[in-house]
Amino acid sequence: MPPATAPDMRSQMRQNDHSSDASARRKSPGQQSPAQAEGIASGEMTTVSLKVNGTEHTVTLDNRTTLLDALREKLQLTGPKKGCDHGQCGACTVSVNGKRINSCLSLAVMHEDDEVTTIEGIGTADDLDPMQQAFIDHDGFQCGYCTPGQICSAKAVLEEIRAGSPSHVTEDLTARIEVTEAEIRERMSGNICRCGAYANILAAITEVAEERA
Amino acid sequence: MKFEEPTSDNLFDRAMVIGKATPRIDGPLKVSGQAPYAYERHDVVEDQLVGYPLGATIGRGRITAMDTEAARNAPGVAAVVTTLDIDPLEISSFNNARLFGGNEVRHYHQAIAVVVAETLEQARHAAEMIDVTYEEEEGNFDLEKAWQNGLGTDEADAETGNVDEAFASAEVTLDETYRTPDQSHAMMEPHSSIADWSDGENMTVWTSSQMIAWARKSLAETFDIDEDRIRVESPFVGGGFGAKLFLRSDAVLAALGSRAAQRPVKLTLPRPFIFNNATHRSATIQRIRLAAGQDGRLTAIEHEAAAHEFEGGGNEENPTNLTKLFYAGANRRVKHHDVVLDLPESSSMRAPGEASGLMAFEIAMDEMAEKLGMDPVEFRILNDTQVDPMNPDVPFSDRNFVDCLKVGAERFGWSDRNRKPGDTRDGLWMVGHGMAGAYRGAPTLTSGARVRLERGHLTVETDMTDIGTGSYTILAQTGAEMLGLPLEQVTVKLGDSRFPASSGSGGQFGAASSTAGVYAACVALREEIARRLETDDVRFEDGNVIAGNKAIPLEEISADAEITAEDTMEFGDFQDDLEIGTFAAHFVEVGVHAATAEVRVRRMLAVCDAGRILNPVTARSQVIGGMTMALGAALSEQLAVDKPRGYFVNHDLAGYEVAVHADVPDQEVIFLDTLDPAISPLKAKGVGELGICGVAAAIANATYNATGIRVRDYPITLDKMLDRLPETF
Repeated sequence: MPPATAPDMRSQMRQNDHSSDASARRKSPGQQSPAQAEGIASGEMTTVSLKVNGTEHTVTLDNRTTLLDALREKLQLTGPKKGCDHGQCGACTVSVNGKRINSCLSLAVMHEDDEVTTIEGIGTADDLDPMQQAFIDHDGFQCGYCTPGQICSAKAVLEEIRAGSPSHVTEDLTARIEVTEAEIRERMSGNICRCGAYANILAAITEVAEERA
Repeated sequence: MKFEEPTSDNLFDRAMVIGKATPRIDGPLKVSGQAPYAYERHDVVEDQLVGYPLGATIGRGRITAMDTEAARNAPGVAAVVTTLDIDPLEISSFNNARLFGGNEVRHYHQAIAVVVAETLEQARHAAEMIDVTYEEEEGNFDLEKAWQNGLGTDEADAETGNVDEAFASAEVTLDETYRTPDQSHAMMEPHSSIADWSDGENMTVWTSSQMIAWARKSLAETFDIDEDRIRVESPFVGGGFGAKLFLRSDAVLAALGSRAAQRPVKLTLPRPFIFNNATHRSATIQRIRLAAGQDGRLTAIEHEAAAHEFEGGGNEENPTNLTKLFYAGANRRVKHHDVVLDLPESSSMRAPGEASGLMAFEIAMDEMAEKLGMDPVEFRILNDTQVDPMNPDVPFSDRNFVDCLKVGAERFGWSDRNRKPGDTRDGLWMVGHGMAGAYRGAPTLTSGARVRLERGHLTVETDMTDIGTGSYTILAQTGAEMLGLPLEQVTVKLGDSRFPASSGSGGQFGAASSTAGVYAACVALREEIARRLETDDVRFEDGNVIAGNKAIPLEEISADAEITAEDTMEFGDFQDDLEIGTFAAHFVEVGVHAATAEVRVRRMLAVCDAGRILNPVTARSQVIGGMTMALGAALSEQLAVDKPRGYFVNHDLAGYEVAVHADVPDQEVIFLDTLDPAISPLKAKGVGELGICGVAAAIANATYNATGIRVRDYPITLDKMLDRLPETF
């Protein structure tokens, strides 16, 4: 099997963290034929139900389909982006059951009944979320390709800080975590922006954090 | 229209829209994920299949056999096209490495097959089933060896005065060698295309390209078909930095797959494929010699460099080009060796030549200032020139480098800098300050546009691209300014070969050229409106055309039928008699960890001289983007060459380390209030490449200032300093 189709252990663990019952509800992929076990055949299909941006979708897909490709190809959402397909760039960041993940590192069949929020569920061009508006106001992007992932991460970062989830730069693990520039930079570092809009992204997130404080 | 002489006072000097901080007009589409990039265009053509590439796993040799039977029989597979199935495709005039066809392998991950299937999973799986037999050949992948052999050979590319005599008699001299590694553009959107060549006749390619007209011409040459039968669209480009200047294998494989499967095919290059299949910035090795009197005036400059290129050329990374122009000095010799290696094709990446050249040259200037006991800012001011030093009859059109240095030094607090290397501590961090100068040319290219006025709404159409640079917005601003319309009354349509050919995006020529093209089209539209009003005295203000004492709403003028005009701006030869450039000064503070030698950039300041700034919002973004890319170049970016096998080893975004959010500190950009009447009617030059120039050297100089350790081999990783750190921390 090509390595990219192998489920990533980290994202599996992340999934299990917050939706341990979801894995129990996951539909069995069924018995594999010897040929399929050898990875010769195309891989079988599974029907999965996902709630994406508040709407139920039932899709039948190749078991090897990542959540990212399910969103991009099956549901034809253009928001989640494929920058590397290896969990190295963050362009595919979406929220699953309230937590951000790299959707390229997760197979769609692992998400039975999960609630997925993509940038399309955060706000539309005509009805922007405050974080989207802040990205425009501070020019937090250039080419725009990493932007949906940045915004999905940015919203999650503020939630993670509020929930008291520490990061590498959190100095006091017992105190309330403040929204500092260092915290935002650290937590946003899984989302690469090659155009280099980081300083503007920081300004956008800081503004939203201050408005909510 | 032809721009034949420097412009005088014009409406842009009283601008209402141009030059004003303007949020991107394409912003709402981008932040909501609705801007359509190449691979996502589900709506443009039905029945799309998915293609997946296979790359060669040798650096040089021949393919003796390919067994595709299993792949062809795999579920969902509609077509398999291998490089043995077709004659070698033509190498277009914009390419050097052949993109497909034939049994010869000339570089690692050269595309050797495309599998087309109903789904990505099926195509990818089937591609893995293809069994390839190679006959491997020895290749030459070693720039260092070529440098050692070539140093001092060949004639100079340019020489003035008596360099050898000047060095022999100089009071202070410097002779050092610097190295910059191979680098990758690493734009976020991989090369991607949807191609419809189902009938084998007419081809439409929805792609991600900086240069629509070049892409079309390349496709025509590659497939030996008429350009008129090809349409190319690329309205949104997820970053390019030079990677998407030229046709790449994504479009070629998608087209071949489409012809074979007789259906549209979409294909994106997998990220690990891009680094060796596509292009990169060549590594360089540079020997720089400087000579000066005790007064600090440079008397001689010698710069000899080598970079590698693919057989046939294509490498633009000539680090010595800027050395001809940047500083004064009567005696000068520059020489560049383009060494042919069998590595993947090196090509243009953001500020080709200047980026690597300044990484080295601006360290040399820092070293020389220290030898002279001078402030490096003062040293540069002293050696400024207002003319081409090798052709003193050729003046710079508008050069304010000294102002950049002075304003920057003042703003940064340069007088309070750490003066003696290793002298300032902040806890475990050694703190250093460094600066560097920057120079990048400001070329222009012919650029056309069409404008349509309908019910008072202006639509601008040009094949110009927006690669994140802000083209949509500055072209809307230009149209609004010319017609006296609010920005909301202007729509900009880009990146379509059905529109007039533009400069495209690259070489920092896009903003200056494409706005001039829209200007030309708008002039034609204004003339057409004046003609209809039977007057030649018209003004355009507040949505009205004002003829004599009458104000007529543009909505009324164009109520019954749209008024269209089209024109192309050509740039006259007078520009050849001038040096038109952009300049900057960069100031940086770093901390270097006293125990680990980890370098952290603490603050960055850029002062830029680039003529009128069309949109301070997007211009600043381009500059901080360049500073960020340069930060990566200074501290982490390096494609590692496997010299026996001949490929870049770290070919993904985990191994090739670009700057991430945690690496980037506070960044400040100041634009000098300058105008360059020689560049275009808008008096505006590009900034996209200026932003990367000189920054890495400023970081290197600050690192030296912090530690007293001079690293001349980028990137400045901790292993290069660890054994030279101060004994105590």
